[in-house]
Amino acid sequence: MANQYETVFIMTPVLSEDQMKETVQKFEKVLTDSGAEIVHQENWGLRKLEYPIQKKSSGFYHLFEFKAEDGAVVEALELQYRRDERIMRFLTVSMDKYAIAYAEKRRANRNAKAAAAEEVKEEVKEEAPVAEQPQEVNNESNQTEQAE
Amino acid sequence: MAQQSDIKYIAPVAVDIKKKKYCRFKKSGIKYIDYKDGEFLKKFVNEQGKILPRRLTGTSLKYQKKVAQAVKRARHLALLPFVTDNLKSN
Repeated sequence: MANQYETVFIMTPVLSEDQMKETVQKFEKVLTDSGAEIVHQENWGLRKLEYPIQKKSSGFYHLFEFKAEDGAVVEALELQYRRDERIMRFLTVSMDKYAIAYAEKRRANRNAKAAAAEEVKEEVKEEAPVAEQPQEVNNESNQTEQAE
Repeated sequence: MAQQSDIKYIAPVAVDIKKKKYCRFKKSGIKYIDYKDGEFLKKFVNEQGKILPRRLTGTSLKYQKKVAQAVKRARHLALLPFVTDNLKSN
């Protein structure tokens, strides 16, 4: 049975958005080339670090969840991490059944949140013109009062 | 009933009635403690970023081990500090 792993890595903040995406793609390729199946990935974007690493106080976080037959994939991945100077820190963890259940729940939550955020945005757009109208009415009434 | 209330007035009122501690993971059925959730893990460290002992949090041994593992992983990923002065106020 294939093991499931989870890996988080921190890229230096000096990269541009495109360079960061390129780095992510590189490691995605490392994984798929060595026979791993990517289950899920998350980009946390630029985050503040709790303590400085390599004299940097922030970094790009990225997470991969993948299935692999054995630890050789992890070895290959971590070797690539060490060779790449854009990677400041990494952590690879094998997942037990509770971790997998938790990850699925977390994914569902994140999707729900993203959907909710989009809905809120739409609602705000709809509400915005409605909110403006009463203000205009007030202004007009004020003006009429002043005129009187 | 009447006797009990009488005794209450005679005896000095207990300053702190000890609330039974419980393991929050067992109680709410949490099976996995996520190292990626730094905010949650801050509940299990003191102001200096040290892991709180079981005798204070009431966590069962099984889950205390998992909390410790998660906190250490979070520290490695700079989601929690190794040492700090005022974690809670930040």
